Amino acid sequence: MERIPILRMGEVLLVTIQVDMHDQLALQLQDDLTSAIARHNARGVLIDISALDMVDSFIGRMLSDISGMGRILDCATVVVGMQPAVAITLVELGLSLPGVSTALNVERGMALLRTVSGRSDGS
Amino acid sequence: MATSGMIAAVLKKRADELIVKWIANQTATQAQLVRGRVTKDELEQQSRQFLKLLAAAAQGGRASDPDAPDTQALHRYLEEFSRTRVIQGFSSSETANFIFSFKRPLFEALRAESGQNADALATEIWEATEILDALGLHTVTTFQKAREELISRQQRDLLELSTPVVTLWKGILALPMIGTLDSARTQIVMESLLQKIVETGSQIAIIDITGVPTVDTQVAQHLLKTVTALRLMGAECIISGIRPQIAQTIVHLGVDLQGVTTKANLADALAIALQRTGRSIAG
Repeated sequence: MERIPILRMGEVLLVTIQVDMHDQLALQLQDDLTSAIARHNARGVLIDISALDMVDSFIGRMLSDISGMGRILDCATVVVGMQPAVAITLVELGLSLPGVSTALNVERGMALLRTVSGRSDGS
Repeated sequence: MATSGMIAAVLKKRADELIVKWIANQTATQAQLVRGRVTKDELEQQSRQFLKLLAAAAQGGRASDPDAPDTQALHRYLEEFSRTRVIQGFSSSETANFIFSFKRPLFEALRAESGQNADALATEIWEATEILDALGLHTVTTFQKAREELISRQQRDLLELSTPVVTLWKGILALPMIGTLDSARTQIVMESLLQKIVETGSQIAIIDITGVPTVDTQVAQHLLKTVTALRLMGAECIISGIRPQIAQTIVHLGVDLQGVTTKANLADALAIALQRTGRSIAG
């Protein structure tokens, strides 16, 4: 079965979505990621969606859900590399993803994670 | 429709007389010659051409049938005529009057032709009215269409002109908005700004709305959408150039700009943008 790989880089987990997301895959990712956070005691998750050029409301909600779950597990989540078309679609769908941190690219995302997870409260 | 052919006969026999009266009629009702948009020669030439085509159409006895080839030629001529008038800046009623002012001379000619036969006269006049009304309506329709084409072309031009995204500093983009914001424009503005953000990897975008005359709920909504889309992509957005009246309107409308950084002018916005990217300007 198709799965999205979760890479570990020190205290940060790296998820790169490079295939078309369908609902089952999204749910699987949610499952895998939460268990990986717990297992590795991760402080941050970076989700790279630069290769994702199509998005629906379900995927949008999944991003926001993962971010919320991460926060509960004391782990900051950053979504990076969103394409303009995807951003416009999400806005038009009324999904502004409050609470989700974003960055332009992986580099900026990592920098953001470092500053955020450096804090003791981890929020 | 069956026709006795009196109209065709009149158009042929009294062509010169009709032209003279018609032109007199047109110049009397309209000040166009005074305004110098159309010369008398031009008008006469147009009138003659129309009369020739109308006579040809009436000759076939099917002037009121829009599918007849002669009528179609007449319609084509009128279409071209209305386009010219649009460009010359005539109003729709002035353009329609070109046709309608022909009624009086034609009716007079028909009356002279039919003599004492009131019954025949009434039939002929009714037929002539039908033909001319259809032509007049066609002229107005075409006139309107040509106008709309003109407007939509200008709109497109305006759209292309008015969405420049400029780089103010490394990592700082500015978008000076000028003119009224509507859905179509905001969409294009949003797309070009987001695209530029990706290309340049900029962190901060400043939207300057000094040139936006009015802000209503819809415009505010569009602005908020742009800000949200920028945030989703990982960039920050600052709105600058909000004039006092617009600030009042925004508050009165109950639009929530809480999560958005706003600055009074572009200079302040640039200063805070530099500060956020870890730079500072001396002095």
